Amino acid sequence: MDFSFTKQEELFLQMIRDFAENEVKPLAAEIDDLERFPEETVAKMGKIGIMGIPVPKEYGGQGGTNQMYTMAVEELSRVCATTGVVVSAHTSLCIAPIMENGTEEQKQKYLPKLASGEWIGAFGLTEPNAGTDAAMQQTTAVEEEDAYVLNGSKIFITNAGYAHVYIVFAMTDKSLGNKGISAFIVEKGTPGFSIGKKEKKLGIRGSATCELIFENCRIPKENLLGKVGKGFGIAMKTLDGGRIGIASQALGIAQGAMDETVKYTKERKQFGKAIAQFQNTQFQLAEMETNVNAARFLVRSAAYRKDNGLPYSKDAAMAKLFAAQTAMEVTTKAVQLHGGYGYTREYPVERMMRDAKITEIYEGTSEVQRMVIAAALLK
Amino acid sequence: MKIVVCIKQVPDTTEVKLDPKTGTLIRDGIPSIINPDDKGGLEYALQLKEEYGAEVTVITMGPPQAEAVLREAFAMGADRAILLTSRKFAGADTLATSNALAGALRVLDFDLILAGRQAIDGDTAQVGPQIAEHLGIPQVSYLEDLKFDGNKTFRIKKQLEDGYQIVEVESPCLLTCLASAVKPRYMSVKGIVEAWDKEVEIWTEEKIDVNEEKLGLKGSPTKVKKAGAKEMKAAGQVHDGLSPEEAADLIIAKLKEKYII
Amino acid sequence: MDKSQYKNVFVFCEQRDGKLQNVALELLGKAHDLAKDLDQQVYAMLLGHNVKSLANDLIAHGADKVLVCDDPALATYTTEPYTQAIYQIICEQKPSIVLIGATTIGRDLGPRLSARVTTGLTADCTKLEIAEDKELWSTRPAFGGNLMATIVCPDHRPQMSTVRPGVMKAMEADASRNGEVIDYTINFDREKFRVKVLETVKSTDNMVDISEAKILVSGGRGVGTKEGFEMLGELAKLLKGEVSSSRACVDAGIIGHERQVGQTGKTVRPDLYLACGISGAIQHLAGMEESELIIAINKDKYAPIMSVADLGVVGDAKKIIPILTEKLKQIVK
Repeated sequence: MDFSFTKQEELFLQMIRDFAENEVKPLAAEIDDLERFPEETVAKMGKIGIMGIPVPKEYGGQGGTNQMYTMAVEELSRVCATTGVVVSAHTSLCIAPIMENGTEEQKQKYLPKLASGEWIGAFGLTEPNAGTDAAMQQTTAVEEEDAYVLNGSKIFITNAGYAHVYIVFAMTDKSLGNKGISAFIVEKGTPGFSIGKKEKKLGIRGSATCELIFENCRIPKENLLGKVGKGFGIAMKTLDGGRIGIASQALGIAQGAMDETVKYTKERKQFGKAIAQFQNTQFQLAEMETNVNAARFLVRSAAYRKDNGLPYSKDAAMAKLFAAQTAMEVTTKAVQLHGGYGYTREYPVERMMRDAKITEIYEGTSEVQRMVIAAALLK
Repeated sequence: MKIVVCIKQVPDTTEVKLDPKTGTLIRDGIPSIINPDDKGGLEYALQLKEEYGAEVTVITMGPPQAEAVLREAFAMGADRAILLTSRKFAGADTLATSNALAGALRVLDFDLILAGRQAIDGDTAQVGPQIAEHLGIPQVSYLEDLKFDGNKTFRIKKQLEDGYQIVEVESPCLLTCLASAVKPRYMSVKGIVEAWDKEVEIWTEEKIDVNEEKLGLKGSPTKVKKAGAKEMKAAGQVHDGLSPEEAADLIIAKLKEKYII
Repeated sequence: MDKSQYKNVFVFCEQRDGKLQNVALELLGKAHDLAKDLDQQVYAMLLGHNVKSLANDLIAHGADKVLVCDDPALATYTTEPYTQAIYQIICEQKPSIVLIGATTIGRDLGPRLSARVTTGLTADCTKLEIAEDKELWSTRPAFGGNLMATIVCPDHRPQMSTVRPGVMKAMEADASRNGEVIDYTINFDREKFRVKVLETVKSTDNMVDISEAKILVSGGRGVGTKEGFEMLGELAKLLKGEVSSSRACVDAGIIGHERQVGQTGKTVRPDLYLACGISGAIQHLAGMEESELIIAINKDKYAPIMSVADLGVVGDAKKIIPILTEKLKQIVK
């Protein structure tokens, strides 16, 4: 299996590291502390193309690969997981379903502005009673003349409020269960569409996570994404891709914690020597490093398969499962190796540990990933 | 307008570390980068291109692997790239280097030449002014800010030790830029994707307009007699594990001992 | 080339607004030593407008002859008039050695001139000596100050070097020294003067010359904010010193370039150099390691700054400096 970098990807890595280090890292603690959405960073990312990496040039995108996109999410998350998820939700959950299911008109209308970062994208599937069991959608869409009228609410929506374009799922025919779900493109400012309460979260605190409320919200028919009743499939396919993004985010968090811990254990002295000189520290670091690299290979492999048109659903699920688990383990160990200081906000590992947890939950919990992997194995 | 930017691939000397035991340089794994002052020059060229329309050509002299900085320049927005590479250029001091670059510039059309003030590996700050002399065009060095009237005149803020000067010069001219003057843009993703779609032109001595006697080792009046690591002074005491309070007391004691206070 | 035709050590004596720059006197001091080794004379080249009165000062500091080029075009430095003047002197006088201060002016002039003359120029030297074979050996830091390289110019004359300010030592002024002042007429080609100086601004902030300060409190990435530098400023004031900086903070726009110490900034040798949160990249060390007393505060015990420090304290400068300042207030008052 070959997923070594192309020349372009190598140059891209140089750029994105430089960008993350100089533009993103200095803000990471602040946006976490203030729970502030990093709008200025989004503007900067838009300018150099990070908001539209895998979008074809004819739609105003950068014509990059999925591998580059995963590298971007990894490197951004390495210094700031919030910034990582802003890009990931935008790209994987909004741009990708439009690219894969949109009509030519929809692509022409939405992709250039999304790819340039002028508009931010979001995705609304989860509801209070439809989390992992996504088929239990309560939001309804009723066909009425030239529109669908949406009623209901969505929760835990990343980028909500700041996003201009939302991919929203609703029941067009409740009697059909899964097969009665349809997908819609909803624009900010549509009458009847409002943003509800903002969640207070453990981690990725700079990312905006809110409720979406639909009250007799009329969506023009041309904003139906894909065919009527095909929404569930679109959602599942979108999440397959999204998992590569979240796996990259988890990988980045883990790598960031590694970087900090290697540095710290060389500096910190106890009993007259650097704690890096203790075998316990060394064994912990070796274990962490091995897992981080294993996660990286799973992520690269999934992205490679997606770039080359190979099936990647199981690969994405494995990457996310393992990377998220690794992020949680590595950041927890990182805090432990930092001792008391690691528990304070003076060192970034505290934030990284809080940020890591969500990667085991959103875009399919680790349990869902196991279901996906097992289903693929046993089919 | 046609702008040529002279750039150099340099080892990132800020990453160079000394081996604490032997006092020698650790050169392994040092990344190669576009010389920071040169990158400032490229940024100004790209800004002029955006505002007034210009063709931006980047040129570098170096070994074949110096192509990397030209690809990076493409990804930032340069239109054309030339790599001067040949065994005949090897062993050049600043004068021979400036002669090679001037030889290439004679073949190119230009209204403005931008270069970095100095390269971080050599720190000579000589090649820019020497090119200007060979071409018989005016130079302004230590550029901190650049304004263009859209026609022929450049107004430059030039750094001095004790302030600055505002000077005016008309095209064609050569300006040497400071890295601190301007923040270079990042490569764009699309620029990176397309950086290999364009050709890096390889030029040897045959393509440029200069007497071969002036190139390489032969054309270099200066020779390196010897080079060596710097003598290190003996290290003093390093105290670890002190509270800030204790640290402050220790420093005060030292200041008293040396009659500073 | 017949090298025997080239004699004497010529120094470009930079003046600004009629004020001689320190580096001019430093170079005369060095030129005096070199000329003695060669059994030759020191020529000062004084360019400007209404600057002849400075000539005696140059003689007192080691010049045997002063060539005064007086012209309105030389009043404020621009490249071409200065290059034409010195080029003519070189052609007519055939110096063996030409020394120029490595200031923003000298480093603009030197390369232009060396290209016109077609001779070698060694940049930013920190050591000059006459070898046994009577050749000039110019030693300079290279590779970001990591290496010292000794450069010669065996087959071309004059041998030219720009010399880093603050490194050579000026002679004590000796008013009894004899010398000759010669008015030198330059045949300018004024058509070629194409750079116009519209304005020269002395920035008040830039007036501070950290290379003159006896005490420097210097900050790096470890204190890298405006507030951090205000803290250092308070301490510096207490110690009657100045604040300086590593390159990182200058590049980040926290402090002006005129306060930068190091390879691309200034060389300093104060009585006390207190390095706060500076790791000590080799470029930085090159600019301050000659200081009398170096005290370093840094979180990293292995930071290179510790290897040149007389006293190294491992810790957070942001925590130590305020306490140090408070304690000093009690003592100094």
